[in-house]
Amino acid sequence: MALLEIENLTVTFDTASGPLRAVDGISLSIDKGEILAIVGESGSGKSVSMLAVMGLLPWTATVTADRMAFEGRDILNLSPTERRRIIGKDIAMIFQEPIASLNPCFTVGFQIEEALKQHMGLDGAARRKRAIALFEAVGIPDPEERLSHFPHQMSGGQCQRVMIAMAISCEPKLLIADEPTTALDVTIQKQILDLLMNLQSEQGMGMIMITHNMGVVAETADRVVVQYKGKKMEEADVLSLFETPQHAYTRALLSALPENATGDRLPTVSDFSIEGDPYQGAKTEGARA
Amino acid sequence: MSEVVLEARGIVRDYHVGGGLFGAGRTVHAVKGVDLKVEKGKTLAIVGESGCGKSTLARIITMIDAPTAGELFIDGEKVDIAARALSPEMRRKVQIVFQNPYGSLNPRQKIGDVLMEPLIINSDVPAAERRERAMTMLTKVGLQPEHFNRYPHMFSGGQRQRIAIARALMLNPRLLVLDEPVSALDLSVQAQVLNLLADLQDEFALTYVFISHDLSVVRYIADDVMVMYYGEAVEYGSRDAVFSDPQHSYTKTLFAATPRADVESIRKRLARKAA
Repeated sequence: MALLEIENLTVTFDTASGPLRAVDGISLSIDKGEILAIVGESGSGKSVSMLAVMGLLPWTATVTADRMAFEGRDILNLSPTERRRIIGKDIAMIFQEPIASLNPCFTVGFQIEEALKQHMGLDGAARRKRAIALFEAVGIPDPEERLSHFPHQMSGGQCQRVMIAMAISCEPKLLIADEPTTALDVTIQKQILDLLMNLQSEQGMGMIMITHNMGVVAETADRVVVQYKGKKMEEADVLSLFETPQHAYTRALLSALPENATGDRLPTVSDFSIEGDPYQGAKTEGARA
Repeated sequence: MSEVVLEARGIVRDYHVGGGLFGAGRTVHAVKGVDLKVEKGKTLAIVGESGCGKSTLARIITMIDAPTAGELFIDGEKVDIAARALSPEMRRKVQIVFQNPYGSLNPRQKIGDVLMEPLIINSDVPAAERRERAMTMLTKVGLQPEHFNRYPHMFSGGQRQRIAIARALMLNPRLLVLDEPVSALDLSVQAQVLNLLADLQDEFALTYVFISHDLSVVRYIADDVMVMYYGEAVEYGSRDAVFSDPQHSYTKTLFAATPRADVESIRKRLARKAA
């Protein structure tokens, strides 16, 4: 049985200028111990579909799906109380901007112990011990002292480690990482990716890596879903995606990588004609203006 | 030998921080003696992680900030903004494009006004000609004349970066400093902006100082590469020399940390994982 199964997920936002379909019929599934990467540009609906799984979308969003199940259990029509029991415990998420996702008013220690208190029912001393162990696991030096620090006293990479520690604190079965390294330097990015990969293989979690960086995909994923304007364009294992991309959009994305440049000019997505593109003919960039 | 547009010798920039009621302040050495030289029509890329002083160096080259020590020559002419104010002619020669296209455009200013403002401040071009030049520049950077009366929020990230580039080019600069111009953009939009920069360089014989932390972009666009680490230039040479034979251990770390997206390295990784 798959860990997470989604069939025909659509998310529509009510906006002043009418309904906007951000996710349009996405189906995917992920198994235990697997790393699935969801790739796409901004506006492709990759974050929104995962926020729908977490139930974190604002009330203007309408989520429909033929099936959305975690460990065989329906999570589309959960009551808020039931949802809170799963979210943050069995499914955890790491957000893109580490400094913005931590609460600046509380110490990082308080914030990590809050999750432990809610889901694990540990007493104060045990929570503290667990928090120190978690900080050690994600490679924060002087964990005991660091617990009493505020987010602004830490660097971006350190804050991301705190976020990861918080996400894995309740031993989730599925970890969703939404662009976990986009705001970080390449050397720090490497450390964070290595850390995530190690934790994933140690704990046998399923992991969904949302990214727009093809390099990150190549370094981490087992299987890849390519998303474009709310639709799934292609799904393949990582090697065949890079070796023999089937869809025109995937080919366009890969050839836009500067390291794959052959001539003087980089090909762009608008140089390729993309079948099934709802905005056929319109250039990717001009579509919004 | 072709002409040298930008030359810097021993640029140092110190910042003094703290020094309040309790305890003395301390000095942060942001840039510690950097030498560089860029010829006309070439691109120098400066690579390094956040906090290594590359943006401070960019501010000094753009003559926004004065160096603590060292000499800066633009077109062979010595510049010292600490000693005397800059003439409009000098100001026109160097322009900058910032990293975040969402933050560097005034949300209450129409695109046309964004483009005409440098001309109002630094030249005495009459209004009709200002308008005409702004229109021409819009089409040069791949936008439409009807965008003239729109506001920045009506544009996507890539289009805004085009506007920022157009604004920098309004004064026909000799040298364009690009501070991480594509790091906030999506892959395909990044490719469009990089193509635009290459086209503009050919058309106007522009010289670029390109600041980035993305080595794949640097490899694509640069002629020369400088790697900065804690305010020092640890590696400086032609692109091919730096990429094929990095000398400093930090450069090697940087190369090792850059994710690889080729089939061969994916195969290796999968083989490691299976083992």
